[in-house]
Amino acid sequence: MKKIIEVNQVTKRYGEILAVDNINLSINKGEIFSLIGHNGAGKSTLFKMMLGLLRPGSGEIRIQDKAVNGEQFRQVKRRIGYLPENVVFYDHLSGLETLRFLGALKGADPGSCGALLDKVGLLKAARRPVRGYSKGMRQRLGFAQALLGEPELLFLDEPTTGLDPAGIREFYQFLNELKEQGVTIILSSHNLAQIQEQVDRIALMKLGSILTTGSVQELREQLDLPLHLQVSLHSVAEDSMRHLLAQFSDCKTRITDKTISIYCSRKQKMPLLATLSTLDTVEDISIQEPSLEDLFLGYVDDSPSGQQATAQN
Amino acid sequence: MWMIRPPVNKQLHRTDMSIELKQIGTIAQKEFWDRIRNRWVLAVTAIFVFFALVIAYFGASQEGVVGFSSIELTIASLVSLAIYLVPLIALILGYDAIVGERERGSLDLLLALPVTRFELLIGKYIGLSTALTFSIATGFGLVGLFLSYQIDLGALGQYAGFMLSTILMGMAFLSLSFLISVLATNKTIASGSAIALWFFYVLIYDLILLGVLVVTEGQLGGDFFPFLLLLNPADIFRILNIFSLEQVKTLYGLATLFPESLANLWVLGGSMLFWIVAPLGMAYWKFR
Repeated sequence: MKKIIEVNQVTKRYGEILAVDNINLSINKGEIFSLIGHNGAGKSTLFKMMLGLLRPGSGEIRIQDKAVNGEQFRQVKRRIGYLPENVVFYDHLSGLETLRFLGALKGADPGSCGALLDKVGLLKAARRPVRGYSKGMRQRLGFAQALLGEPELLFLDEPTTGLDPAGIREFYQFLNELKEQGVTIILSSHNLAQIQEQVDRIALMKLGSILTTGSVQELREQLDLPLHLQVSLHSVAEDSMRHLLAQFSDCKTRITDKTISIYCSRKQKMPLLATLSTLDTVEDISIQEPSLEDLFLGYVDDSPSGQQATAQN
Repeated sequence: MWMIRPPVNKQLHRTDMSIELKQIGTIAQKEFWDRIRNRWVLAVTAIFVFFALVIAYFGASQEGVVGFSSIELTIASLVSLAIYLVPLIALILGYDAIVGERERGSLDLLLALPVTRFELLIGKYIGLSTALTFSIATGFGLVGLFLSYQIDLGALGQYAGFMLSTILMGMAFLSLSFLISVLATNKTIASGSAIALWFFYVLIYDLILLGVLVVTEGQLGGDFFPFLLLLNPADIFRILNIFSLEQVKTLYGLATLFPESLANLWVLGGSMLFWIVAPLGMAYWKFR
């Protein structure tokens, strides 16, 4: 797969603070890639270095094989869209004027501004000053400006902030449409439940370093967190069932009346299912893979609450 | 698209040094129209017209004359007005040009676009200086039109010179305000620094020089005193105007001590140009 972004041994310091520590990263063309990590993990700094807003202390970043802030980077920038976290506009300009101004700087077709506002549901408010926009409307306008000039690469920092549930669903639908058109999307978000079904690959960051990269499934396999089996029974669990489950000594089992909750390793899943399927009292079995949040806590969180959450699994 | 591509230093990765005039024009246009829309230009023009008319009428009252007197005395009175008003307006206009964008959070959005820091800085400067020039030219121009019935063509030239020098002084203080805006970490510091700078150049600087001259009875600084006046754009403006007005030379303090040899248009104009270019150049150097 063709690489669109290459980050090679990039380090950035703010005085004594090491914000980004010798990062190597490749992002493929046409994928949805997410940077996740705690506040201060270095996501925004890495974002800003990729956009040329900050210069790396050492190392190099290349986008479409052109050095960031290099001689030909201006042309690359024309095809990059960026939605910053907490996007701010000029309050006295209308939505349409905002897009026209930013579009002119980007070299976008002025005629596309109305269509973009329509796409994000702001056509009716197009001529209203931005000062009257709600937070969600500003976020939509931010997304519209990021799409000016038909970008090939989109950087979205906390893109669903301020959007209602319908807006969030609409946003991810739109993101998938863009992916189908070949647009590469890099997003950072704290809402892991939202992004786990949407992203192709993830980079987990902690204290300026990338701990791991891969798809959600690859991360699950790397970390081998326990699966959660939820077993529903027709009748109250009997002692015989307890004895049967006791042979899976590595599993953590909790039996309450008509439900059994089992945490087991991936290896034990099939033998356990085979055993459970022989029981007449089993009504239903649901299997939950570790969520992205579980993986995040497993990899990143060394705080007491994080360790506790991981231990429970 | 117009493009100027100066020679680039050979580095490991050569940075993008090209300048797109279209980008500068787009930013300048927005800054100018913002000042038109929010009625800044209208308000400042009205201030200039009002004060200029009042000063032109009452300017010679200390000599027992009320009403529109000679053009030289009128210009001298207007110089006194402009020297206080224009630097203050220019500093207020430009102090938040960069720090304001940074504090609002819109700077990253702009710089993520295909716009260089140079284009952003120069675009903003051109837009704001156009708004300032428009206000000065309209405000003092209207007053000039009002006075035109009593002035001949030569006097009209003097008045035009006064307007041009006022614009240049405004641009110099605007340039200083951009340097403040780049250096300041927040808008509060920037506004405080702008006011302090106004106090220093307009109110304090001459007093310090005068104090040194008086205390040392002219022994310290006598030789390089004229050059010290060139370190203040407000003084350059004063000298530029006073040396063209024979009738009022004696009315002024420090500026009248300026030697005629240095009081030529090239030296004074060049010095004013320096005050426009140097702070802006420093602002860019820090901003990039």
